[in-house]
Amino acid sequence: MSESINLKYIVPGDDFTRAGEASGAVKRKLKQLGFNSDVIRKVAIAMYEGEINMVIHAGGGEADVEILPDKIHIILADQGPGIPDISLAMKEGWSTAPDNVRSLGFGAGMGLPNIKKYSDELKIETELGKGTKLFITVNVSN
Amino acid sequence: MTVNQLMKELNLKLIAGNDGLDNEISGGYCGDLLSWVMGRAQSGDAWITIMGNLNAIAVAVLADVSCIILAENASCDDDAKARADLEGVPVLSTEEQAFPIAVKLSKLLGI
Repeated sequence: MSESINLKYIVPGDDFTRAGEASGAVKRKLKQLGFNSDVIRKVAIAMYEGEINMVIHAGGGEADVEILPDKIHIILADQGPGIPDISLAMKEGWSTAPDNVRSLGFGAGMGLPNIKKYSDELKIETELGKGTKLFITVNVSN
Repeated sequence: MTVNQLMKELNLKLIAGNDGLDNEISGGYCGDLLSWVMGRAQSGDAWITIMGNLNAIAVAVLADVSCIILAENASCDDDAKARADLEGVPVLSTEEQAFPIAVKLSKLLGI
């Protein structure tokens, strides 16, 4: 694989049954391309958490994935309410998810912390009332 | 130890995901909060939980656990069963609580 592969997904809002479709598809693609299982797991977890966040908080969004031989870039963009306090949102256990979402097993306050844990670089751009954009990079180690 | 062997040893009932019965189990994890599990469970773990919904199957796939063990006969809805079959994630069920199942799993794995 010498060139980049670009993938784009629409993440539907408020549909928990479809959450994970995009990250599942990326996982299968990476497996097919022969990336090692640690890299695949990191990408899959970071991206799934981002998808779930967009479903819970932002009414869905878009995921752009660029696969390069040495790194994988994921951009998750939504037009939700934005994150008022990023440092609080990055804190393990802190969550604003509603009760109906918690009953499904979400809302542990581990979304962004997990994304940070499983990515090698994470940049967050957020504006209140406008939306949030996550730039996630996972390096491919040899 | 494979999922199939574990199923026989602990008398677990197979609910879905027949294709993954040869998965190797290397450890175990207990938990019901999905993001917590996804952040902490290790690849190859047998995941003991009471969450039998579609999202639990997605977490199992993405975190690469070897199987899901539903404690206390926790229900698994039809959508989740279909997804588990599609993805080859074995979903096993027991009437026992998470703790005794975890203890037995630990003894079997020698960890």
